[in-house]
Amino acid sequence: MSTLTHETTPARRRAFSDEMIAFVVMAALLAAVPFTDIYPFFVMQALCFALFACAFNLLIGYGGLLSFGHAMFLGTAGYFTAHALKVWGLSPELGIVFGIIGAAGLSIITGLIAIRRLGIYFAMITLALSQLVYFIYLQVPFTHGEDGIQGIPQGMLFGIFDLSQPTTLYYVILIAFLLGFLLIYRSINSPFGEVLKSIRENEQRAISLGYKADHYKLVAFILSGTLSGFAGALKVFVAQNASLTDVHWTMSGEIVLMTLVGGLGTVFGPVVGAFIIVAMQQYLAGFGQWVTVIQGAVFVVCVLTFRRGIVGELAHLFRRSL
Amino acid sequence: MKKRAVAFLLGTVAALSVAGPAVAMDKVVKIGVLNDQSGLYADLAGTGSVLAAQMAVEDSGLTKKGWKIDIVSGDHQNKPDIGVNIARQWIDVDKVDVLADVPTSSVALAINNLAKEKNVVLLDSGAGTSDLTNKQCSPNTIHWTYDTYMLAHGTGTALTKSGGKTWFFLTADYAFGAALERDTTAAIKAASGKVVGGVKHPLNTSDFSSFLLQAQASKANVIGLANAGGDTVNAIKQASEFGIVSGGQKLAGLLMFISDIHALGLQAAKGLNLTSTFYWNLNDGTRAFSKRFQERIKTHAVPTMVQAGVYSSLMHYFKALDKLGGNPHDGAKVVAEMKSMPVIDPLFGKGKIEPNGRNIHDAYLFEVKSPAESKGAWDYYKLVATIPGDEAFTPLDKSTCSLLKK
Amino acid sequence: MSISLPALSAQLLVGLINGSFYALLSLGLAVIFGMLNIINFAHGALYMMGAFCAYFLLNAFGLNYWFALILAPVMVGIFGMVLERTLLKWLTGLDHLYGLLLTFGIALIIQGLFQNYFGSSGLPYAIPDQLRGGVNLGFMFLPIYRGWVVVFSLVICLITWYLIERTQFGAYLRAATENPALVRAFGINVPRMITLTYGLGVGLAALAGVLSAPINQVRPLMGADLIIVVFAVVVIGGMGSIMGSIITGFALGIIEGLTKYFYPEASNTVVFVLMVLILLVKPTGLTGRAT
Repeated sequence: MSTLTHETTPARRRAFSDEMIAFVVMAALLAAVPFTDIYPFFVMQALCFALFACAFNLLIGYGGLLSFGHAMFLGTAGYFTAHALKVWGLSPELGIVFGIIGAAGLSIITGLIAIRRLGIYFAMITLALSQLVYFIYLQVPFTHGEDGIQGIPQGMLFGIFDLSQPTTLYYVILIAFLLGFLLIYRSINSPFGEVLKSIRENEQRAISLGYKADHYKLVAFILSGTLSGFAGALKVFVAQNASLTDVHWTMSGEIVLMTLVGGLGTVFGPVVGAFIIVAMQQYLAGFGQWVTVIQGAVFVVCVLTFRRGIVGELAHLFRRSL
Repeated sequence: MKKRAVAFLLGTVAALSVAGPAVAMDKVVKIGVLNDQSGLYADLAGTGSVLAAQMAVEDSGLTKKGWKIDIVSGDHQNKPDIGVNIARQWIDVDKVDVLADVPTSSVALAINNLAKEKNVVLLDSGAGTSDLTNKQCSPNTIHWTYDTYMLAHGTGTALTKSGGKTWFFLTADYAFGAALERDTTAAIKAASGKVVGGVKHPLNTSDFSSFLLQAQASKANVIGLANAGGDTVNAIKQASEFGIVSGGQKLAGLLMFISDIHALGLQAAKGLNLTSTFYWNLNDGTRAFSKRFQERIKTHAVPTMVQAGVYSSLMHYFKALDKLGGNPHDGAKVVAEMKSMPVIDPLFGKGKIEPNGRNIHDAYLFEVKSPAESKGAWDYYKLVATIPGDEAFTPLDKSTCSLLKK
Repeated sequence: MSISLPALSAQLLVGLINGSFYALLSLGLAVIFGMLNIINFAHGALYMMGAFCAYFLLNAFGLNYWFALILAPVMVGIFGMVLERTLLKWLTGLDHLYGLLLTFGIALIIQGLFQNYFGSSGLPYAIPDQLRGGVNLGFMFLPIYRGWVVVFSLVICLITWYLIERTQFGAYLRAATENPALVRAFGINVPRMITLTYGLGVGLAALAGVLSAPINQVRPLMGADLIIVVFAVVVIGGMGSIMGSIITGFALGIIEGLTKYFYPEASNTVVFVLMVLILLVKPTGLTGRAT
């Protein structure tokens, strides 16, 4: 019952200050990257995935809904943004908005269908839907099928920031990531987020208290899909291409892995998980399919031994909220 | 130590600016072989292409003249974003001058853009898309071994002329398949043949039976397979199950490599027609190279045309560097030099590089031998026709490359 | 395209062949789900292992197709039971989603290992001599092997149905699904039954793999995309009944076959579109109970 009201108990206040400190540390570390030897494109890519994972976490970590087709939102926004930039010559900000609209539209349609079944069925339905979307993108002309959309101009953001400059692009991506992150954080800690958590814990009880569970879940799904789209739109500026990779089910599997490794339902877990998995792919790229084997092994180990994920275990160990 | 610091500084400058500034000539070259090392194209490119690159370095004789040549290799997993990431890091951090191989059209097109932006060289051997020398042509790219236009015209024209007047297409339903079907249809019509029907199948179809039934019912002379990789292999395998070749119809694989024939086995592949620009048993030059290659590769497989193309394109690249007297670390400049020199090669014969970056050489129409005709391991092809380079590739006046508009 | 009856019947028959694979795989999934409450994401990988087993039995031990038909399901079934004993059993009492995640991880490991050792292009496996050739049915040329696949998988499906719905073992199994504590009280070893059930479901997948080896290339990713289609089949049919999943499997194969004739471009997507339609009309699936 108490979880259904937005309370400011001392525990909540302490959690909030923990999380704010962690956020400031994270932002400072990330802002310092261009002054180090770290390769900025690596970090930019990881940031896009981190935002994607946070958006995904909103659904599973707080709504208890495992989507196995989230790549469709990432890919859709990517294609929409890429098309807007390359073919229509829109400015970057409009391109991003267009991509987000695309992902939002798709999440409304798929959400209405998928939300009809729960649990395991929900996962299978989202997977099947994303496969359907994949086949559509394979065939419609504007995506250029296998070839993808290539050589996308990065353009001038708001007419002043030249995104083809790596350092400028880096800070733009970083700020966008932090904004997205704060938006997700805000939703989790809003009354909406509290209701969502209570539905996850006990759906019947929440319904009996007068909350329309399906309604809340649908809104969470749309919010998560839309923010995943934001990540997909940003990724276009980093990779300068949009391709089928981002819509394929393996991408959906990767985002589940990132979130699981970092910690389902933790605030910073998805970010940590995204950096770990992207780094792993980067440094193990020379080992071919061993990357798949290792990813599989990480899945198995996470599920069997530390289901809280890295951040979740740390938070548990130090009794802090992260 | 000091040199490293300078190199680091230069690296930072290069990373920050769009195109690295021209650095003074030196005799250091770094080659990046970027291809599929674990997926569908690992057998036709993969580590075999890396070996081909090593052999090119050794055969060039440049190291004896004081050059320092290094090779790095990476697996792009047929994903453009992974490919671009690897290549960008190679160029920014490892100072790679030339990217070789790059199969898979989507990755090749992405790398093509990157190479131009960073002013390095792309010697593409593995990719098929003819866009590389048309719409998306670049002063930094040379497309070496084959392309969809050549495959379509080689197989389409030659087979139609040799009596395959009516065609039925099994086309993979995406851009590549459509392009292949379109180009082949044009070639068939030009040779006064006729397309009587076709069916588009989804990519990665495992069951072709219903499409094959339609092809069989069409009674066309030739069934053209405008698809690639696993789709082609499955279609051919199941065609033999439905008795298509024994029923008198011919199969034409529009994009097939010797590694595909090896995977299929001659029993299933016999009688198949295909176009290639390289076969290990063509002449003394190809046999000598293939023998050395086979001795050094783990699988003892013969080189595919893609792997041969990696060797041959790098050999030509080294000749251009040798003539320049040093590495200017300026991709466009090296490519311009390569275009100005005639290509003489033991693997592909005499050739030339067109201004749009297309390397022109002869192509061959082969028929796959039956198990009884094959005299030993890898004895798979018999030559049906030789297609002169000028006829095999896109004529310059039809190329839509912007570099050609002076 | 004009509709011709012979062509149509040919496509129906061809659809039935694909339906056999869907039926065998969704049947295995349903059996496992009924007992373990796990959606076995590794099903596609185990199907692939069945095909590879057949390949090895032939090339390493000279054991032909007929041996493979019996040995491969047994071998993969034992492998599955080991998986269940060592990994899956730790999930008892946890959210079902963890079962999905764990088996997804297992699938990645198996597929990755096979890809490392065998590449992606695939290995050939010949049709057994006894089933080579074909018969002309008038409306189509039916390869004998294809006919064999339909008949054989139908028989296997019916045997499985009989085993679960009509025998003592099946009765215990169904009872243990409903109330494990009660069945245990009768002195029946429930964990062993769970292990055996997983082995049975996995064995069915491996059997489908052996059946498909002569038709498709034997390659590491042969099950990866198929499993998603089978998931859609399962969502459409619901996992409530054994017969339901068999019938849905065959029916969807036929519908897919018809699509290949009328609108081939959509043949990959038709199952998913159908799934969406069914969900909109009847969210619990055709035969399923509410979850």
